[in-house]
Amino acid sequence: MKRSILKRIFSYLRPYRGSLVLGCISAVLQVAFTLMTPVLIGRAIDCLIGPGLVQFRHLAVLLAAMALCILLAAGFQWVMNVCIRRISALAAQDMRQQAFNALNAVPISTIDQLPHGDLVSRLVNDTDAVSEGLLQGLTQLLPGAATILGVLVIMFYLNPFIALVVVLVTPLSILFARFVASRTHALFRKQAAAQGQLSAYVNEMVNGQDLVKAFSHETQCCETFDRINEELRSASLWAVFYSAAANPGTRFVNNIVYGAVGVFGGLAALSGALSVGTLSAFLTYANQYTKPFNEVTSVLTQLQTAMASAQRLFQTIDLKPEPADAPGALAPERCSGRVELDRVDFSYRKDVPLIQNLCLKVEPGQRIAIVGPTGCGKTTLINLLMRFYEVDSGRILVDGVPARQLKRSALRGMYGMVLQETWLKNATVRENIAYGKPDATMEQIIQAAKAAHAHGFIQRLPQGYDTLIAPGGGNLSAGQKQLLCIARILLCRPQMLILDEATSNIDTRTEMLVQQAFEQLMEGRTSFVVAHRLSTIQTADQILVMDAGHIVEQGTHRELLAKGGFYARLYNSQFAIQ
Amino acid sequence: MKALCTNFRGYYPQLILGPLFKLLEAVLELMVPLLMANIIDVGIAGGDRAYVLRQGLFLLLLAVLGVAAATTCQYFASVAAFGFGASLRRQVFRHILSLSGHETDAIGAGSLITHITNDVNQVQNGVNMFIRLATRAPFLAIGSIVMAFVLNARIALIFLISTPLIVLVLYQVMKRTLPDYARIQQRQETLGTLTGQNLEGARVIRAFSRQESEKKDFAAASDAHSALTIQVGRISAALNPLTYVIANFAILAILWYGARFADRGLILSGDVFAMVNYMTQTLLALIVLANLIVQFTRAAASAKRLSALLATESSIRGESMPLTREQGAFLAFEQVDFSYTGPAGKNTLEGVSFTAEQGQTIGVIGGTGCGKTTLANLILRFYDVTGGRILLDGQDLRSYPLEALREKIGYVPQNVKLFSGTIRSNLQLGAPQADDDALWAALTTAQARDFVQQKPEGLDTPVEEGGKNFSGGQRQRLTIARALAKRPSLLILDDSSSALDFATDAALRRALKQDTGGMTVLLISQRASAVKDADRILVMDEGRLVGQGSHEELLQTCPVYREICVSQKLVPQANPESEVSAR
Repeated sequence: MKRSILKRIFSYLRPYRGSLVLGCISAVLQVAFTLMTPVLIGRAIDCLIGPGLVQFRHLAVLLAAMALCILLAAGFQWVMNVCIRRISALAAQDMRQQAFNALNAVPISTIDQLPHGDLVSRLVNDTDAVSEGLLQGLTQLLPGAATILGVLVIMFYLNPFIALVVVLVTPLSILFARFVASRTHALFRKQAAAQGQLSAYVNEMVNGQDLVKAFSHETQCCETFDRINEELRSASLWAVFYSAAANPGTRFVNNIVYGAVGVFGGLAALSGALSVGTLSAFLTYANQYTKPFNEVTSVLTQLQTAMASAQRLFQTIDLKPEPADAPGALAPERCSGRVELDRVDFSYRKDVPLIQNLCLKVEPGQRIAIVGPTGCGKTTLINLLMRFYEVDSGRILVDGVPARQLKRSALRGMYGMVLQETWLKNATVRENIAYGKPDATMEQIIQAAKAAHAHGFIQRLPQGYDTLIAPGGGNLSAGQKQLLCIARILLCRPQMLILDEATSNIDTRTEMLVQQAFEQLMEGRTSFVVAHRLSTIQTADQILVMDAGHIVEQGTHRELLAKGGFYARLYNSQFAIQ
Repeated sequence: MKALCTNFRGYYPQLILGPLFKLLEAVLELMVPLLMANIIDVGIAGGDRAYVLRQGLFLLLLAVLGVAAATTCQYFASVAAFGFGASLRRQVFRHILSLSGHETDAIGAGSLITHITNDVNQVQNGVNMFIRLATRAPFLAIGSIVMAFVLNARIALIFLISTPLIVLVLYQVMKRTLPDYARIQQRQETLGTLTGQNLEGARVIRAFSRQESEKKDFAAASDAHSALTIQVGRISAALNPLTYVIANFAILAILWYGARFADRGLILSGDVFAMVNYMTQTLLALIVLANLIVQFTRAAASAKRLSALLATESSIRGESMPLTREQGAFLAFEQVDFSYTGPAGKNTLEGVSFTAEQGQTIGVIGGTGCGKTTLANLILRFYDVTGGRILLDGQDLRSYPLEALREKIGYVPQNVKLFSGTIRSNLQLGAPQADDDALWAALTTAQARDFVQQKPEGLDTPVEEGGKNFSGGQRQRLTIARALAKRPSLLILDDSSSALDFATDAALRRALKQDTGGMTVLLISQRASAVKDADRILVMDEGRLVGQGSHEELLQTCPVYREICVSQKLVPQANPESEVSAR
């Protein structure tokens, strides 16, 4: 599992092979020059034999060589750092883009099911963690590996016995770090859980602050908070304490290694097997040899987080895309607006049947009103017409062609859709109106806006058509947003319409404009309207009455009233006077 | 800042002892090169095997003492930091709950949540890191200089040049990169916004088949993010190489001058070795410090935000003045002015006056933004009036203790929100003592009895965050039941039937009339059909009360009301004289 994630992460480095190779070469050269300095320092110390005995000429040569090594080592270190930063940023960017592309290819059902906050966090926080993990991992591992190897070679060359001491004692620090990691894992999980619980609680209470106050719930609320807060405190305390203990632990092992080299080296020097300068070089190497081990343990937590993040990202990238269009799918230029639903079955969950055996014939230009209580599944029909969801059985035909044999883009282009939840892009008003037809001229855009009764308020916006719409459309009222959505459709002139009338939150005057715009829009077009307004319902050619996901009645306003069934009851309770 | 520091109370011993133990560890570390120099100068030079072994044992002892001191310090650091963090979190949470709508609107709910999670965590980690690591670097850097002076004052002058030079490089790199890190953070937030928007608009994007251009937009933003990351990387990548060069050239100088002094017999080779070691130690300590500074700047920024939040005082406070009850209506607005932006801002309400008698149902109607919800906000004292006054039960709202005021009111907000828990815990929100019979009665009136009864767990059915596991209509009825359960004397329904179907809405209004005898009801709605049976209807338009009276009276006298009724097809357009037609 872990290995396959790692392998997959490395596959993202492949496009940046050049930088990676350059980074590796720089790492090796940097390490080589870095490792030469202790030897040179040692030899320099050996020059200080005693009063009047110092060979200044030899010392000068040594120091000059050292200066060169220092400069080269620093230069290569910089090149390596730059390369690795580049690789880690770009590889993470590729993952992020792939994840984003995947989200644009998955079926709508996937987007409906997955929590959006979590997906956003994957694309932002998790890619960041992967990038940081790659950066830290590579900057530690590349030179780290080279250092360990280089130091081993030099130490065994200088004195195999002392080298053996170093090699034998150092793994202790790794064992210690492992021990700590295994102990702290559970503690960290507990901490993360407590943190999650606290965030959720705070989120709920802060967003529901008016309720907390209106119901004088403050005292109880604080008590609950304190309980979770205390859990978080004690979980964090122990998790962080134990994990932090790894640091002094490894430092302790280093100090032991240092002392051991000092003593054994000193004894060897006494017997003349080692010069004082070589001993000094050895002590430096002992430190340099253990350093990569320590650093790896210190970035270990970061690497673990990065792996977990990568896994979450890969899950997103691997989300199953919408099946491709059928081979030879059609993309007709025109459509007359004839739609037929032929024995359609559909349900969101296999065990809860919803639409069953639905048949409906719609002639070009007809208006179909869909009515029913809230949550009865009116929007399901929209999902099926637009092929956001596929029917389980039966067919939907457009101009006599089964929808499945049309390209999705072509089918969706035939409809103009205005949903109750208006969505506008975080772009200018002009770009939003031209969203379905990016090459539209300014005149066409203004014309569409005028037809949608949106021109007036757009002109009153600070930058007119170039006003930037805030994310979520914060600077526009709900009614204004709907007018823009209508203008967006009017520019494309689709042959069929899907409208979801807003129930509330639009002020009376804008509502009248919206209604007029809707009327204009529906003129001569086949339209499916999730209807709340009496006028829409009364003038519909057919009314589909839905209840609990089923179509319970079907007919015109008159027919249905005469029938005295579900529709009649619904109608009377709202519009008639007692 | 002072407000934050009060949270250190109870942790002073740890705050002092932690750094002390760190100091001890640093002193022990500083002794290592000296011992090694002795091994070289005394042990090896003098051929004293026993001396070398003795010093070796000393080194071992130092290592043991060092690890003990470090662990002790870290324990104290953890206790102090997380104790402080929990205490701070508690303080911030209580403070947030004490704020009124004025303040929370200005700050924003999202930002309040970041304050209490992210910012508190940053400060807490800052405290932890500070005790654990930040004290070590200055100790070691200064200690190394001191030790160098002890060994040889003239060579030690090299330290006085190189150490400040390293600090200068660190400072320059930090100064250049820190603002860019903030910009990278911003660009990252842009990526988050784009993703969120893309998910939210998935249906529209696909309806227009604009997936490809969305991908391109995202790629452009993503490019901008990584380009800046790489660019900043180039500068910060220079940090380690530059400091490495400075420290090692200092070592070169130490060796050169060491050689000259040694030639004159003024220094031993072991001491030169020790000085080289002190230089390396200084460099390592300072680099650790530099890496920590990034974390500290974040913590400092968070601390600043938190103290700004804690300094924000609530503008609304409850009073417990002696009751000065006046005779009059149950609820009275007297020339009420209100502005969300303070007395100088644009008025949301202007000169609103009306009264409501006990047991009456008052309808409020008007378009969005006309000030309907503001009426509710003022009665609940989420905000205070900027002019005039409001009386409840003959007493100015501002003379009530807040709890006593809110106890009288049952509030059904426009946003149907439930807390996670169970149906029972939600209904008991305002009435913790209410028994099952009372809860079922509230559910019955709210037309929620049927669907709750159908749930196998009944009142103990779990409610997910926000009430996601209930439909909009069910949620709305539960929020009504929640308000009824506390048996208020004033019930405020703010557009509370928008998600209900026609039949349920009608049944609800009938039940409210029957079951809530002495209760005064304020019924806010956009639907004329919902308010038309009220005892009195208030018509709001752009913050003013433009009409009040019964449905029939208003049809005759109030053009705004007529317009609303006409647009909602409640009365025919052409014939203003006619009575409400029975259609």
